[in-house]
Amino acid sequence: MNQGQSEPASATGYVSNADLGGQDGHGTVHPEPEGELFHAAWEPRVLALTLAMGATGLWNIDTNRAARETLPNYRELSYYRIWLEGLTKLLLQTGAVQADEISHSRAVHAAVATRSVLHAGQVAAVLARGSPTSRPSSSPARYALGQWVRTRSAAPRHHTRLPAYARGKRGIIERVHGAHVFADTNAQGLGEQPQWLYTVAFDEQELWGETTPRQHATVSVDAWEPYLEPA
Amino acid sequence: MSGPEHDDEHQHGSLSTTELRVRALETVLRQKGYIDPAALDELIDTYQTKIGPRNGAQVVARAWCDSEFRRRLLEDATAAIASLGFSGRQGEHMVAVENTPEQHNLVVCTLCSCYPWPVLGLPPTWYKSAPYRARVVKDPRGVLGDFGVHLPETVRIRVWDSTAEVRYLVLPQRPAASEHLSEHELANLVTRDSMIGTGLPLKPGGASTAHTSP
Repeated sequence: MNQGQSEPASATGYVSNADLGGQDGHGTVHPEPEGELFHAAWEPRVLALTLAMGATGLWNIDTNRAARETLPNYRELSYYRIWLEGLTKLLLQTGAVQADEISHSRAVHAAVATRSVLHAGQVAAVLARGSPTSRPSSSPARYALGQWVRTRSAAPRHHTRLPAYARGKRGIIERVHGAHVFADTNAQGLGEQPQWLYTVAFDEQELWGETTPRQHATVSVDAWEPYLEPA
Repeated sequence: MSGPEHDDEHQHGSLSTTELRVRALETVLRQKGYIDPAALDELIDTYQTKIGPRNGAQVVARAWCDSEFRRRLLEDATAAIASLGFSGRQGEHMVAVENTPEQHNLVVCTLCSCYPWPVLGLPPTWYKSAPYRARVVKDPRGVLGDFGVHLPETVRIRVWDSTAEVRYLVLPQRPAASEHLSEHELANLVTRDSMIGTGLPLKPGGASTAHTSP
């Protein structure tokens, strides 16, 4: 058992099925050559549909990740199936599409208002611009390079980006990235609420205990300030 | 349990259930005016032919040849990479991490599939798969072994879990005996995996520069 293991996420009412770091039993990795991007003809369509619908502004990247990670059958799905199921879920949740339209393969209900439609001529510029998440900071950074911190141990009842393996662990601030859109609030529709973002590095024994064979490794996560407390 | 790669796609000469679902969804989204079909084709073409790991290879080769560029890359990777024309979606906030004789860097996203698209394109299937995401933070040397890479214990492994919107690019070590090569020839030695950290650059003349511990 890991020391300092926090309560299981299932006790909190929000379950991410995507938080895989440190789990045993998933087997070996199967490398693939550089050019192999897709394994079925529908996969690039799902990629493009997801990117195009992202441009409508009906949801943000964090609500999108929350929709995917809470799919009950996440772990049985291939990656682009996860994208397809996540996209379908968001379309239904926002009312952009209704279930009878998907089953009949035909638009039946009026469209909801969207911010924009991505047209072919805009693709290169929209991709090149991206969606930066850095924001002006309203307060000074609480932590400085080289400072020891401890990550929060409780699993929140909502989407978060602190992996379970890094909860309640002591680490050191290795980089300060400025203030960024806070994924936890943005995913819940509570706004961007920018927070300072840090790279926090952990010794392997802090993460996995002393019984796990040493790898001579250090692991870091990127953590927003609310994930951290002084150590 | 069968792996996700083999889940539901049985196409016996007809369209799979998933294929039909995707087509239905695309039809509805088009009819409702949410999407421009030409934009879908443009997006796919972009990631199949324009944005991929050859972009990152150019960045690495430039850093190997130009010490001032290397310095800028390590200091502000987003700006340095943008100066070569690569920027934007899923690479808005770049950090370059340099391999040295003492440290080997590895990049993962244990929570989903975060990956530096402007320089590496779309992530490979293994990068998004449970075995890589689960194991690389706990057993990085085992994962490197799956890729045929064996590093001596004296080389410290540094794993970067991309849990926010910062994206990491590994700057591999320049292969030995490559002094005579042009920047373009050097770029051909830079593999996608060497920029994720699961591989090493090719040696001049062909093979990977994997140094196996005795």
